[in-house]
Amino acid sequence: MSSSINISQVDRIYTDTDGKTVQALKNVDLDIRAGEFISLIGPSGCGKTTLLRLIAGLDKPQSGTLSIDGRRITGVDPERGYVFQQGSLFPWLDIEHNIAYGLRARGQLKQKKAGISEYISMVGLDGFEKSYPHQISGGMAQRVAIARALINEPKALLLDEPMGALDSFTRADLQDKLLELWKGKGTTMILVTHDIDEAIYLSDRIVIMTPRPGKISRVIEVDLPRPRHRGGVEFLAMRKEILELFELAQAQPQPEYNI
Amino acid sequence: MNTATVKLSAPVKESSHERTKAVWNYKNNAYLLLKILLTVSGFIVAIAVNIFFPQKAAVEIKDYVLNIFGLNISLTMNDAYIFLLAALAVFYLAAGLRSWGDKDSRKKYSKNAAFRFALGIALAVWDIGGTKLQLFAQPFFPGPAQVAEAYLADGEYVLQNTLYSLRLYAAGFSCGVLLGVGTGILIGWFPKVYYWVFPILKITGVVPAVAWMPFALTLLPNSFTAAVFLIVICAWFQIAFLTAQGIQSTPKQSYEAARILGSNSADLIFHVAIPHAMPDIFTGITSANAMAFTTLVMSEMLGQPGGLGYYINQSKVWSAYYKVLAAIVIMAVLFSLINHIIGRIQKHTLRWQEGVVKK
Ligand SMILES: Nc1ncnc2c1ncn2[C@@H]1O[C@H](COP(=O)(O)OP(=O)(O)O)[C@@H](O)[C@H]1O
Ligand SMILES: [Mg+2]
Repeated sequence: MSSSINISQVDRIYTDTDGKTVQALKNVDLDIRAGEFISLIGPSGCGKTTLLRLIAGLDKPQSGTLSIDGRRITGVDPERGYVFQQGSLFPWLDIEHNIAYGLRARGQLKQKKAGISEYISMVGLDGFEKSYPHQISGGMAQRVAIARALINEPKALLLDEPMGALDSFTRADLQDKLLELWKGKGTTMILVTHDIDEAIYLSDRIVIMTPRPGKISRVIEVDLPRPRHRGGVEFLAMRKEILELFELAQAQPQPEYNI
Repeated sequence: MNTATVKLSAPVKESSHERTKAVWNYKNNAYLLLKILLTVSGFIVAIAVNIFFPQKAAVEIKDYVLNIFGLNISLTMNDAYIFLLAALAVFYLAAGLRSWGDKDSRKKYSKNAAFRFALGIALAVWDIGGTKLQLFAQPFFPGPAQVAEAYLADGEYVLQNTLYSLRLYAAGFSCGVLLGVGTGILIGWFPKVYYWVFPILKITGVVPAVAWMPFALTLLPNSFTAAVFLIVICAWFQIAFLTAQGIQSTPKQSYEAARILGSNSADLIFHVAIPHAMPDIFTGITSANAMAFTTLVMSEMLGQPGGLGYYINQSKVWSAYYKVLAAIVIMAVLFSLINHIIGRIQKHTLRWQEGVVKK
């Protein structure tokens, strides 16, 4: 129930209405193993969302290829679930129907109706089935978004800063929930974050990206044993290492400009 | 330790004290009962005034013989008026008792009590000035009992005209809503349709529907379809306009989320765009509804063989202003009722918005 993803030589250039171009991604190569938990981190504007949208099939690269289990990615597919940064729930549907959306859209509501409550409990939202999105907190809404993606049993789950708008307690809570789900399902996880601690706490590997043009500067293997301790010596050492990498990346002169 | 106990017990005492002290607001049964009495008493006063205030002015009080369930009953305008007042009193009494179990209804009812009491008193004053003393210029300002007389004199005819109006409205407005929502969805969804149809809608939409009446009357087979046509276009354009706007303002992210979850295009229209447009569709429907009433009455006054507008026109010819008022009263009640029903449907459909949108 998990997929490997291959990204090779991907370029994505945006052209805005004035004809100005932004190279959001340049020459991106990345191989993601099946069942891996991988984080993309980097300052804002370095192309994390762009890369995630390409993997999702919401967007196409100008050049290069993306494939999943050897098949070219040409468009969206429920096999790749996606959790937006925020506000992607359908406000006119209650929590239960938001979560069941994928089943209904794919004509599986009848067969799998019984499973809906399982997903509601999985993210700890029992009792909120009939609430509407505006009646629940941001953390709960993100859990609904995760359950809604998982009900389609995706082979890969793409998460774009799903905890960006949450306070640190809710955040830690949701991180543990995510780990638990990952362990249970074995789904390949690709998480965009700008929080170094979050990346270290969760990932098998951390992909560090730098902006202008957006590209991968380093891939770090996190070989700390799980469960990890946020205050552990090795944890802090890794944190320091990554921070230094960023300072280095920012101190570096940037000879490459796009015209 | 001693002080701690004292401190702890103090608030407990206070709250138990509060519990025994009755709150004097809508939550209190005696308070609500008083409000019910106040509401009803206004109409009782109006009835008492009608019965006991001497008829000073020379107003002819005719007897109308009505055949009700095979019985011939003789009624005067004062009987009819008292009957209506009593009906109002009973209605509000029932409403008050019905609100008993529900906090929100209790609050609302209590709040309305003063106004409804004043309404009863105003009717009593109008009765004295209008009918009993006839202080105002006649026949322009009849009293309330004289307005009630119209229902005695023309009862069946008024009913026929009311049903005629209702039929016109139902046919025209329901077609208008269907066409408006339908075209609005097409315009909002397909850029080509938007390009070709939206400008037409925008320009013709500002023209009041009744302006088309000459064409409608000559080109359509009969005056009923002509009036239906006018109501249809006045509702159609307004609703289509707002529906299109609602469809177009659907956030891109909602479509993307739906597509990733497995939605096809039809699904995006029916399960994303239309639900998102629902609040706008209802805004369109409520504003179109108000315009539909106007169009209805105007087209009835200008060229219909029936309807409340037609009845007003006819009564005016005979200077029967009490009948004009009688028709206006029916319109007020009928249109409020229709608004109320639409409001209920809207509230139910948009229940997911509750608490988000300020009322
Ligand atoms: N739709 C778009 N049109 C034009 N430029 C865009 C668009 N989306 C992103 N960009 C630009 O591409 C770059 C990368 O953006 P993004 O992938 O959103 O970065 P991140 O998610 O890392 O913050 C930024 O400079 C951004 O301004
Ligand atoms: Mg982003």
